[in-house]
Amino acid sequence: MGQGFGKPMLSAPADPPQPSATAAFLAGFQAAWQSVLAYVLIGTYVGIAALAHDFGFSLWWVAASTALVWAGPAQVILISALGAGATALETALAVGLSSARLLPMVISLLPLLKGPRSSGRALVLPAHLTAVSMWIEALRHLPTWPRATRIPFANGLGLGFMVAAQIGGALGYYLAGSLPPVLTAGLLFLTPMSFLISTTRNCRLLSDWLALALGLLLGPLFAAWHLELDLLWTGLAGGSLAYAVGRLRARRA
Amino acid sequence: MSELHAYALLLLVGFLPNEIWRMLGLLVVRGIDEESEFFMWARSVAVAVLAGVIAKIVAFPPGALASLPPGLRLGAIACGFLAFLVLRRSVLAGVAAGEAVLMLGALAYGI
Repeated sequence: MGQGFGKPMLSAPADPPQPSATAAFLAGFQAAWQSVLAYVLIGTYVGIAALAHDFGFSLWWVAASTALVWAGPAQVILISALGAGATALETALAVGLSSARLLPMVISLLPLLKGPRSSGRALVLPAHLTAVSMWIEALRHLPTWPRATRIPFANGLGLGFMVAAQIGGALGYYLAGSLPPVLTAGLLFLTPMSFLISTTRNCRLLSDWLALALGLLLGPLFAAWHLELDLLWTGLAGGSLAYAVGRLRARRA
Repeated sequence: MSELHAYALLLLVGFLPNEIWRMLGLLVVRGIDEESEFFMWARSVAVAVLAGVIAKIVAFPPGALASLPPGLRLGAIACGFLAFLVLRRSVLAGVAAGEAVLMLGALAYGI
C-alpha cells in the first residue's frame, strides 16, 4: 500500500512536500487541455448543441444540460426524445438506460480517489464529473499523484473537460445549420475513434485487453440481436469473462 | 414547450435518471478499496461497456455517419487505430488519421 500517501503530512515528515490542493486542481485542469479528449469534446458538443438548436432549445438550456447531465449520449437522447414529443416517462427511461455505464465507471474510479480521511461528501463532485473522458484520463494520471491530492486533481480534470464541452456547445449553437454533412459525419466519428485509442492506451492488465476485445465484439452482436439492455449485458458478460480469465492467469503465474 | 417547462423536464427526465447511477456508485464504493476484487471486476465491466459503446457507434451509427457505407466506417477506425500503434502510440496522430480517412472517403463517396 502507498505508505505515507494517505496520511496527513504532519505524521510523515520524511515524505517529499506534497503539492497543495490548489496546485493539484490546476494541474488537473491543465491535464484536461493537454488531452486530445478536450478537443474531441468540443467537436462532440458542437454536434449536440446544433441538434438542440434544431429542436428549438435555448442556448442556456443546452449549457444547463451539459452541466447537470454531463454525459453526451444521454444528452443526445434527452434532446431528440423531448424534441420529437416523447412522453416524460419514455424519455426518462431511455436516458436512464443509456447512462448505466456510469455506475461501473464511478465504482472503478472513486476508490483511487479516497483516502482514509476523505469524507463521502468530498466524493460527490468527482462522482458527478465522472464521464468517459474524465474517467479515461483520471485512470491514467491518478496513480502518479499522492493520494491526498487526487480529489482536487480529478475535480480540475473534470471541470477542464466541462469547460471544453461548454465552449463546443456555444460554438455549435451558433454554427447550427451551416455545417456541411462531411463535417457533421467527422464530428460524430470523433467519439468512437478517440475513445478506442484512449482506452487502448490505458490497457495494462490482461483483463483490460480482454474486456476491450470482448466489448468490441459483443456490443454490436447483442445490438444486432435486438437484445434488451444490450450494453448492460455487454459489460456484465464481457467484463466478467475478462476479469475471470485475468484472475485465473494471475493465480497460475 | 415553455422555458420553465423545458427546465423542469431537464431536471426530472434528464438529470435525475442519469445522476442516479453516479450516486449509486458513490454508495457502493463505501468500504471498497482499490485492492479489492470487486474493484477489479468493476474496472473490467467498465472497459467492456465502453468498448461496446464504441463498436455500436461504428456498426449502428447516428445521423450523418449512417449515410456512409459500413466498409468506410470500419476502414477509417482501423486506419486510425493502426496509425496510433505505428506512430509512437500518439492519440492525436491516430484520431487525425482516422478522421482524414473518414472525411476524404465521405467526399469521394459524395455525401
